[in-house]
Amino acid sequence: MTVSVQTEDFNAAAEIAALIAGRTDVGAVVTFTGVVRGDNGGRDLVAMTLEHYPGMTNAELEAIEAESHARWPLQASRIIHRVGELPVGANIVLVVTCSPHRHAAFQAAEFLMDYLKTQAPFWKKETFADGTSRWVDASDGDDAARLRWTQTSGA
Amino acid sequence: MAETNTITLRYFAWVREKTGRAEERVSLSPSVQTVAELLAWLKSRGPEYADAFARPGVIRVAIDQRHVKPDTAIADAREIAFFPPVTGG
Repeated sequence: MTVSVQTEDFNAAAEIAALIAGRTDVGAVVTFTGVVRGDNGGRDLVAMTLEHYPGMTNAELEAIEAESHARWPLQASRIIHRVGELPVGANIVLVVTCSPHRHAAFQAAEFLMDYLKTQAPFWKKETFADGTSRWVDASDGDDAARLRWTQTSGA
Repeated sequence: MAETNTITLRYFAWVREKTGRAEERVSLSPSVQTVAELLAWLKSRGPEYADAFARPGVIRVAIDQRHVKPDTAIADAREIAFFPPVTGG
């Protein structure tokens, strides 16, 4: 279990290799990579600037990761979130989960992203091709996605 | 002399831009006891604060780097942060 908040890019393949190196019990590896998309609502984006709350960010990511390990039989996981100014096409976030079987790895990766998007103190500011910029509004859909994990099983 | 509580306030994203500062030290009156009362006090501090805290319901708050609710007591907080709903990922 490790989390990183960094300005540098990451390499998903290298992160997977590091997580499973020397292990023979991993049967499923799921990765999610978030990328800066070049449009939002029909407007052309040139960059996304990620601000965060140093100190709290790592603590929140570690708590979210620990919760995923409490809920699913994960053998290893990795969260990397970039900050600073990121051009269109750049990587923003990486989540990797390792488990003996795929269901746990898929579910845990979704859980991590749903919680990260609604709990971890990051804020995105979009810069458009026309020179204007604006803070991204939080999405009700993201809140709904997180809340499904709080429903009791079988409900 | 009235007893006061000196704490660090931190602002992020558009809350930082509207207040015009990333952090500051303030002495709180003992009458400010909850997060909601602190938000109301901040809103009264001048035009830039009135703008930043115009809709206190949309501001999220963390005390000593943990998310809290409006009715949370400030108690002996050292650092209180104010920010919009998060948008990472």
